[in-house]
Amino acid sequence: MSDQVDRSRRRLLTAATVGTGAIGAAFAAVPFLTSWLPSERAKALGAPVDVDASKLEAGQVLKVVWRGQPVFIVRRAKDVLDQIGGHDDLLADPQSADAQQPDYIKGAARAVNPEYWVGLAVCTHLGCSPLGAFEPNKSTQLAGTDLGQGWPGGFYCPCHGSKYDISGRVFKGMPAPKNLAVPSYTISADARISIGVDSAPKKV
Amino acid sequence: MASAPDTADPSKSRRLIGWIDERFPMTKLWKEQVSEYYAPKNFNFWYYFGSLALFVLANQLVTGIFLTMSYKPSAAEAFSSVEYIMRDVDGGWLIRYLHSTGASAFFIVVYLHMFRALLYGSHRKPRELLWIFGCLIFLLLMAEAFMGYVLPWGNMSFWGAQVIVSLFGSLPVIGGGLVEWIRGDYVIADATLNRFFALHVAALPLALVFLVIAHLMALHEVGSNNPDGIDIKKHKDAEGHYLDGIPFHPYYTVKDVVGVAGFLLFFCGVIFFAPTFGGLFLEGPNFEPANPLQTPPHIAPVWYFTPFYAMLRAVPSFAGTQVWGVLVMGAAIVVLFFVPWLDRSPVLSIRYRGPLYKIALAVFSVAFIILGVCGLKPPSGIYPQLAKICTALYFAFFLLMPWYTKIDSVKPVPERVTGHA
Repeated sequence: MSDQVDRSRRRLLTAATVGTGAIGAAFAAVPFLTSWLPSERAKALGAPVDVDASKLEAGQVLKVVWRGQPVFIVRRAKDVLDQIGGHDDLLADPQSADAQQPDYIKGAARAVNPEYWVGLAVCTHLGCSPLGAFEPNKSTQLAGTDLGQGWPGGFYCPCHGSKYDISGRVFKGMPAPKNLAVPSYTISADARISIGVDSAPKKV
Repeated sequence: MASAPDTADPSKSRRLIGWIDERFPMTKLWKEQVSEYYAPKNFNFWYYFGSLALFVLANQLVTGIFLTMSYKPSAAEAFSSVEYIMRDVDGGWLIRYLHSTGASAFFIVVYLHMFRALLYGSHRKPRELLWIFGCLIFLLLMAEAFMGYVLPWGNMSFWGAQVIVSLFGSLPVIGGGLVEWIRGDYVIADATLNRFFALHVAALPLALVFLVIAHLMALHEVGSNNPDGIDIKKHKDAEGHYLDGIPFHPYYTVKDVVGVAGFLLFFCGVIFFAPTFGGLFLEGPNFEPANPLQTPPHIAPVWYFTPFYAMLRAVPSFAGTQVWGVLVMGAAIVVLFFVPWLDRSPVLSIRYRGPLYKIALAVFSVAFIILGVCGLKPPSGIYPQLAKICTALYFAFFLLMPWYTKIDSVKPVPERVTGHA
């Protein structure tokens, strides 16, 4: 046996040992990281919600909870629906091209039945819950903010001032980048709404 | 000294110290770090805030430990357990107000401590690492304060958490998954509260204490700066002690105790007479339990975050994402780390700098305060515009620093520290 230290051999062995240890440590970190993911219990709480919206008057809003998130159900008056395409030039994404809804929901009304609008009451900016301000064409005061004379009716987020129209379409130049999301839902002829159930089978 | 007793019959306490010193460097540490740590003799009022930050940290640790003994970190019980502390636990109200007021006090002293560094160039060579450790402490302190604010599970806790956690969602590609991972649920929920509690009471305080130790080790390695911004190590007496330095103990321990006494006067005044401080230290909506369906009509973070929050709001979204505001807010913190290298002035202290730096620092300070006000106000009227201007001024102070500090005039720097000795 030689007294001479084989440095390159020692370096190789050290590097191999450190490398193996590092790989082991990386694998050991996995359960710690995955422990932060939504648990099985949290995943199980995603069942559909059934709502009877027929009792709503025009201009009224119902807020329900689905998957822990607030959902708006708004019954829209005829005159509001008539002018819904009238302010497209003020909107950031009037055709909702940046898909924030199931593909069976289209157009300015963004609803299966245009009379009832269903959408997540979660601002696409930072997740605050917008307020409803449905009365059009008058100066509306909300959360210390004047929405202006030409306000067409819609939603206002008190946190950072984002404005949406009555179909949840965001106006131009707002902090929020996208239209309010529309969940998958079905609506029956007598306005019974099942949130979380698709109206049409998903394209696979 | 103690390890080699010079009298034949040393007293019992000397023998005990000697016994310890042979096994642990107690006397050595005390001398090196305290009784023979020479600090410049010309410290002024601005030098109180470092020791005060340490004092407030101790207050937060002690009161925090006692709060955890009665607090329940679950969505169902958190809010009522805080009410229980306030109403039914003997002395609970005082412990909680010491902790909640301590959070605001922490930021007051830390902001003033950082301002002192900008005044006297304390971040400049050789104290760059000292400054970086300090910036890391500031960053951790913000995380610690944010998570602590969520724990009472009031309505502002809930929606504050919703907004801040959603910030990560604006990051491209990974955003959505990252937010879910942080929350541990599809919304801010029990799982989120529980993990924030773990981070707030164990992980972050531990990291904070380690960083504070590193901050102090770096300070004692290079020595303190001083209001003249000059090196006191150049002039020594025959024994090798700095002519412009005095031992930290007893001179500065005594001075700092006076600082603590003055601080406590204000601190206790707030605790006993205005613990919510008009809604600034404890916000009104947080006296209602968390309601996932109802955002408070006016949402604003606690005052110490409002300058950064105003910057976030000042930047509009474009190209279909609001990530820009988040990036600007992040950059406002990140830019602090680079200050030692952005400053190109040949002198350290504002005393010997020209008018450009003085004006820049004044404008920066005013802009920072205005940003703080803007962040408290609703995003309407003149505030959004004001916030945009002040965000620009905030960044101009840092990003233009290499130029205006270079062309600025300077006065001759004295050889020895000035002022009354």
